[in-house]
Amino acid sequence: MAEAIKVPTMAEYMAEGKKPEVLFWVGCMGSFDDRAKKVTKAFVKLLSEANVDFAVLGTEESCTGDPAKRAGNEFLFQMQAVTNIEVLNGYEIKKVVTACPHCFNTIKNEYPVLGGNYEVMHHTTFLKSLLEEGRLKVEGGKFKGKRITFHDPCYLGRANNVYEAPRDLLRKLEVELVEMKKCKKNGMCCGAGGGQMFKEPEPGNKDVNIARTEQAMEVKPEIIAAGCPFCNTMMTDGVKSKDQEKNIEVMDVAEMIANAHDL
Amino acid sequence: MQFLAQILFVIALVAGVGLFIRNIRRIIRNIKLGRPVDRKDNPGERFAMMARIAFGQSKMVKRPLSGFLHIIVYLGFIIINIEVLEIIIDGIFGTHRVMGAAGPPYNFLIGAFEILAFLVLVGVIVFWTRRNISNIYRFLGNELKGWPKNDANYILYFEMVLMTLFLVMNATDYQLQLKEAPYYFRETGIIGSFPISQFLSPIFEDLSISTLIVIERAAWWLHILGILFFLNYLYYSKHLHILLAFPNVYFAKLTPQGQFNNLQSVTDEVKLMMDPEADPYAAPADAEEEEMPAKFGASDVMDLNQVQLLNAYTCTECGRCTSECPANRTGKKLSPRKIMMDTRDRLEDVGAIINKKGKFEDDGKQLLDDYILREELWACTTCNACVEACPVGIDPLSIILDMRRYLVMEESAAPNELAIAMTNIENNGAPWPYNQMDRLNWADEK
Ligand code: SF4
Ligand code: SF4
Repeated sequence: MAEAIKVPTMAEYMAEGKKPEVLFWVGCMGSFDDRAKKVTKAFVKLLSEANVDFAVLGTEESCTGDPAKRAGNEFLFQMQAVTNIEVLNGYEIKKVVTACPHCFNTIKNEYPVLGGNYEVMHHTTFLKSLLEEGRLKVEGGKFKGKRITFHDPCYLGRANNVYEAPRDLLRKLEVELVEMKKCKKNGMCCGAGGGQMFKEPEPGNKDVNIARTEQAMEVKPEIIAAGCPFCNTMMTDGVKSKDQEKNIEVMDVAEMIANAHDL
Repeated sequence: MQFLAQILFVIALVAGVGLFIRNIRRIIRNIKLGRPVDRKDNPGERFAMMARIAFGQSKMVKRPLSGFLHIIVYLGFIIINIEVLEIIIDGIFGTHRVMGAAGPPYNFLIGAFEILAFLVLVGVIVFWTRRNISNIYRFLGNELKGWPKNDANYILYFEMVLMTLFLVMNATDYQLQLKEAPYYFRETGIIGSFPISQFLSPIFEDLSISTLIVIERAAWWLHILGILFFLNYLYYSKHLHILLAFPNVYFAKLTPQGQFNNLQSVTDEVKLMMDPEADPYAAPADAEEEEMPAKFGASDVMDLNQVQLLNAYTCTECGRCTSECPANRTGKKLSPRKIMMDTRDRLEDVGAIINKKGKFEDDGKQLLDDYILREELWACTTCNACVEACPVGIDPLSIILDMRRYLVMEESAAPNELAIAMTNIENNGAPWPYNQMDRLNWADEK
């Protein structure tokens, strides 16, 4: 687990005159946030294990503009989008995978009108397809029988109707999957979307992430599974504020699979 | 005498329907104050959605009790309209139970109406209890104090009265037929069947034929006048949804919920900015570009699009959106229902100015600040729970977003931390002050 991992960039591929199977869009959280970086690395390890020919943009990647768009800064969003699309189109990217539902939603739904047309996948959907193609094996390992609940990210679930891929992967981990009262279409936000991640919440009687963590705790999970770096942070903070970090872990689905493989 | 009743009836009918048409035209005029928006694509899919969500009430049953009761009241409403048709024919031509000639099918129909009327009565009483006695979160919101609460109750009382009148009318009619009163009695036997009102009927047993006729006629008249009144009350009420739910669902957004619309005016400017060939100081190519640049986002109802304004008129104030809203549930000021109610209130105020002055004149007010507060707008996580929850396909989030756009792009009035995050995105390609050149550092970190 200790040695640095090999992460090829698009520029390197280009220099060799080759094209990767898929571009891994890391996202700002995945690049800079300490917690999310672990997910990024776990996912990269899985890609390598499954022999996926992938590349990242590295220093050529920039924020998709999601927080700007949702905060109302359409200018900044479009500037970001146009710049990113120029880079992506320059490399003739066809397929994009990302571990961030916000990047996923933006590139998939909001880039096409601006000239960016790609096949975009959330990492759980991509991992599931690897599984189905027999390139990746997922089995329980240390997660076998653990009580786990999945928190639906708004921008993956309600916004794009992806509910089953992460759940299918968790089932493959042979866990005991329990659903919160508010799940899937009716899932509740972790509180980070729409730019809220970057500001103090408006006055109220509770923070959204605490309320959501309480809902998760109602089903008494050992692990809260996440599929979004924003959710991951919010739920982790929620669990901490309840002094439950010894009893409840918050983990990305990709991390769990990598851990089960002892990667 | 006979003709007098018919003439009065026609006058009432024409006045009632005429007023209703005027109201509808005002609504259409007000909605047209909004910006045009193209929702003519995919008619097949749109019809299917309307059939499922508006006609089939598929989203209502997400909450089983209120969904079930609502379906009863809804069915009762639709079916009893057939009865109204007969009342209108009878009223104009001075006939009595003209459709009775149909025989057994007619009897079956009247029997079915009675049972529905009774179920509606029960449903409405449960609704009243839930709204006024049970502590249900979505009925406790601040925005429901005053008129909205009264409005909801008036409708319930109204339906109780209308249903009761219908049953009384039938009960006395039944008695009149039993007593072989002229004009009510027919040789062929009893017209109609009275599974519910037969139980009311004994109350009227000892009354004379003339008293019975007075009661029957009074119930008949009040019933139809009540319906005409109700028709015109709609305009002032959240009950407008019984008409607008259909077009509203039809014109709802079909694209994924996470896909926010794209501002073409911004695209044009961004293109200009990004084009290295473009000379920023060049004079506009033609006169068209010299026009006032479009306002970005929305600060008043005229800046919203027509579907958003239709949404505002359609909102039933049920609060399903608000009770799913994470911001509202954690005590923040934001309530998506209030966003819709404020939009309608403002639109009505604008409409009232137009009614009075013939055109809109600035009244020193706007939707932003005078109705919807910035604090409400900034509390939204854009999670789409409100959109998902709305049983009639309303999108409160799109209004919140358009108003944020105004705040950010016209006023540069984003909350400070957000403004910093945006500057960071602009300068560093990430919401934090990290260097873009460090974006791949994670790969080398142990
Ligand atoms: S999108 Fe905004 S208003 Fe709608 S439920 Fe979510 S937080 Fe509330
Ligand atoms: S927007 Fe929809 S869910 Fe919200 S109060 Fe109005 S009708 Fe109900």
